[in-house]
Amino acid sequence: MTVIYALYGIAALLLLAPVVALLGGLPRISDILYGSVLVVAAALCAFGLNGLLLPAQSSTVVLPLGLPWLGAHFHVDALSSFFIVVVNLGGVTASLFALGYGRHESEPRRVLPFYPAYLAGMNLVLLANDAFSFLVSWEFMSLTSWALVIAHHREPGTLRAGYVYLLMAGFGTLALLLAFGLLAGPAGHYDFDSMHNAHLTVGLAALVLVLALIGTGSKAGLVPLHVWLPLAHPAAPSHVSGLMSGVMTKVAIYGFIRIVFDLLGTPDWWWSLPILGLGGITATLGVLYALMQNDLKRVLAYSTIENIGIIFAALGLALAFKAEDMPTAAALAFTAGLFHVFNHSLFKSLLFFGAGAVLTTTNTRDIEQLGGLIHRMPQTALAFLIGCAAISALPPFNGFVSEWLVFQAILQSPQVASWGLKLIVPAVGALLALSAALAATCFVRAFGISFLGRARTAAASNAEEVDVSSLAAMYVLAALCLMAGTIPGLFIDTLAPISHALVGSMMPHQTGLEWLTIVPIAESRSSYNGLLVFVFVTLSGSIGAFAIHRLASDRLRRGPAWDCGYPDASPATQYTASGFAQPIRRVFGASIFQARETSVMPGPGSIAPATLAVSLRDPIWDSIFTPVASFVSFIADRLNILQFLTIRRYLSLVMAALVLLLLMLAIWP
Amino acid sequence: MALIHDFALQGVQMLLALVLSPLLTGFVRKVKARLLRRQGASVLQPYRDLLRLLRKDVVLAQNASWLFRVIPYIVFAATWVAASLVPTFRSGLMFSWSADLIAIIALLGSARFFLALAGLDIGTGFGGIGSSREMMIASLAEPAMMMIMFTLALIAGSTQLSTMASFMNSSAVGLRVSLGLCLIALIIIAIAENARIPVDNPATHLELTMVHEAMVLEYSGRHLALIEFSAALKLLLYISLIACLFIPWGIAPADASPQPLLVGIATYVAKLTVLGALLAIFETVIAKMRVFRVPEFLGAALMLALLATLLRFVSRTF
Repeated sequence: MTVIYALYGIAALLLLAPVVALLGGLPRISDILYGSVLVVAAALCAFGLNGLLLPAQSSTVVLPLGLPWLGAHFHVDALSSFFIVVVNLGGVTASLFALGYGRHESEPRRVLPFYPAYLAGMNLVLLANDAFSFLVSWEFMSLTSWALVIAHHREPGTLRAGYVYLLMAGFGTLALLLAFGLLAGPAGHYDFDSMHNAHLTVGLAALVLVLALIGTGSKAGLVPLHVWLPLAHPAAPSHVSGLMSGVMTKVAIYGFIRIVFDLLGTPDWWWSLPILGLGGITATLGVLYALMQNDLKRVLAYSTIENIGIIFAALGLALAFKAEDMPTAAALAFTAGLFHVFNHSLFKSLLFFGAGAVLTTTNTRDIEQLGGLIHRMPQTALAFLIGCAAISALPPFNGFVSEWLVFQAILQSPQVASWGLKLIVPAVGALLALSAALAATCFVRAFGISFLGRARTAAASNAEEVDVSSLAAMYVLAALCLMAGTIPGLFIDTLAPISHALVGSMMPHQTGLEWLTIVPIAESRSSYNGLLVFVFVTLSGSIGAFAIHRLASDRLRRGPAWDCGYPDASPATQYTASGFAQPIRRVFGASIFQARETSVMPGPGSIAPATLAVSLRDPIWDSIFTPVASFVSFIADRLNILQFLTIRRYLSLVMAALVLLLLMLAIWP
Repeated sequence: MALIHDFALQGVQMLLALVLSPLLTGFVRKVKARLLRRQGASVLQPYRDLLRLLRKDVVLAQNASWLFRVIPYIVFAATWVAASLVPTFRSGLMFSWSADLIAIIALLGSARFFLALAGLDIGTGFGGIGSSREMMIASLAEPAMMMIMFTLALIAGSTQLSTMASFMNSSAVGLRVSLGLCLIALIIIAIAENARIPVDNPATHLELTMVHEAMVLEYSGRHLALIEFSAALKLLLYISLIACLFIPWGIAPADASPQPLLVGIATYVAKLTVLGALLAIFETVIAKMRVFRVPEFLGAALMLALLATLLRFVSRTF
């Protein structure tokens, strides 16, 4: 199927935007919009699946748009097909969720027109085949998502989030622009096909790598460029948050893979060092940040940063193996990274939808105001629990399979020749293992404090179950999480053409193996069968339950909680989210976040309450962004005089600049 | 025929884990009591406790959710499946390839995840403190366990426990620095994961330093029986793991006739006895730590395991 069909779909999405903007006042307009976006996204998803399963049919189209001598090139291959599936699967489920959720929208006219445009922008990035259309689509995607972030501009913090996001997005695009400029070379071949043939010198290639890492990393949320993400993602309406966290970060990953694996040519081993290092640090710092947050959506946003770290670490390994000429290991690491891209898009969307469901009915994102929601919203609770188990890498769900593959890839790495890699890979492995364990803690906290226990406020005790279509969206994703965890071989085989195209080899065929086991290298080395583990655990649990209920006792009485004999009626005596994180804060936070606890105990006889205040500092803001910001304002202050010059002086400045540039051209070899 | 044979052996392993685990717990308690010059309860006491608990009514807190009632079965099933995947008396069991050591660690992680949720479900202070501390301990113990797994997998060239055990049993393994570091780290992790002294005290119910027991405080009847059973299974699992990796002698090979299988079972029981006794002695001579010294204790395990992995990465001979 040619790429033109995908462009029709995108055109339909782009057309929906102005139509909805004009008809914004109609009743039930949001149902109509989300319904039509759902249909278009489903069609695009089918298009992507078709391209992934029948990879021979890659096709190119040149439209007479954009730069006159260039045109707009669009192309679809296995890699873009895969990401089209990820993006539009997110689009389908987000639209399904929004069919119910969107009715509670307070400012529909600020959300509805931008939603299809945003989805169209992400799709365009994936199809673009020249630097110009790539950058325009990228910027379009950033701007539409920015508009969605500031949709609720009256809520405190939203405008600041939008401002930081806009700055970082512009900065990222600038880096990408320079990267593409270097790739295009002095002759200015801006289409990707000619960039393939550009052979850059070592220094230039390194520069492109760094710029690509900055440009795509700032969109994906790589530490230290992540600061906008936990501000902007939670500020948007929840279905858009799901798209931003689950899907748009993946578009950034796509950009990274496209530039580094596809356009940049044969890698050197040391390219992988910054990627691996940043990946490991991002994973650990992301989840530690997440553990310190009390805002449910912000917890999820920080956990996105963690997962982006895992994906980058896997891609870094793939690059290292590719450079060291270890094709089997490279295919394993690359497939692990891509599989985690898919998995994370599933469970992160699911979790954001769950958070959105909680937000609609309780009007709060602060988990310390929640509690006991499992009684009021049992369906949402089950779906959210599945998402939590999946993201914490617990078998038999999908998160475990992709992390398992990453660990298997790490175990291939002692065979690499270079010492730098030999030393950094085990450290990255330790960081990933640490972040996996901390993620479980983080999601025990997120689920346990908000859904379990007793309701802490009236809002939580009056919560209501959400509507059917929101639940349907969550359960579709939960079912996919279980499916990708129990029959991963199917998904891994689908990724084979991509790894074949980009790292030159693919993992062994998985679906033909008996019992649907996955075997990355050889059965004597490692194998995992999610389906059998799932069946075993379910069977032994049910047999145990059946036997006990039949043979021993099935009687049950309700009584007050025991609590060592001192049950307290006040829900305020429960463990809080901050209390739950306190041990972790003491172990890790003291050095990383400079966490300080100050407690004030009133003296004897006083009836004032004791208080405990916790102060945390963000090391990235403190060490990078605050100095940069103050430097910029310092320079701006100094340059302020330039605003009040006479016309003569301006002209002489222009003249001086011209002479300087001409001189540089003359001296340049 | 071969299939039935394999099935039967897998079944024997599952039943063996189920039957031996309370006995092991009872044995450790008995040895501890004797070391303190007490008579101690019979080694069969854990069975009696379990049967009594199973027959009793469940008293459930008023605001307990459905999750609270399901969790004991999940925890029990996950721990049991994990325990039956560790080679005990014979390597290469029928389903040993369905989950490797990483998956076994993750299955135990699942059990802990749900147990920690159960601690939060009733909304009491004790449950919360238990869950919070359990997860803190796990956040350090699990990465250390993964690093141990890395080292062992790099030595044996496989993450399959069966293959690892056979490799450790062969002459190719030799004495290695990294193995020694791994053994120390694994013992520390086993102590922490099983809530033994000096990390936690399995015998108390009313101490603010307790972790595991605080989490399960609200359970009663058959639910409590399952939780206690899982704890016993987990102790058996860790001791079997140490046995099959570091004292693998006597484990019957995959194509063994009945006689080596019987030898395998006999040596397995002997290993459990020796290691159980060592655990009891260790617990008796050491004092419980403050809870915030536990991170240092576990951090040592993490660093040792990381060092072992690094050694394996830089040289094949260590």
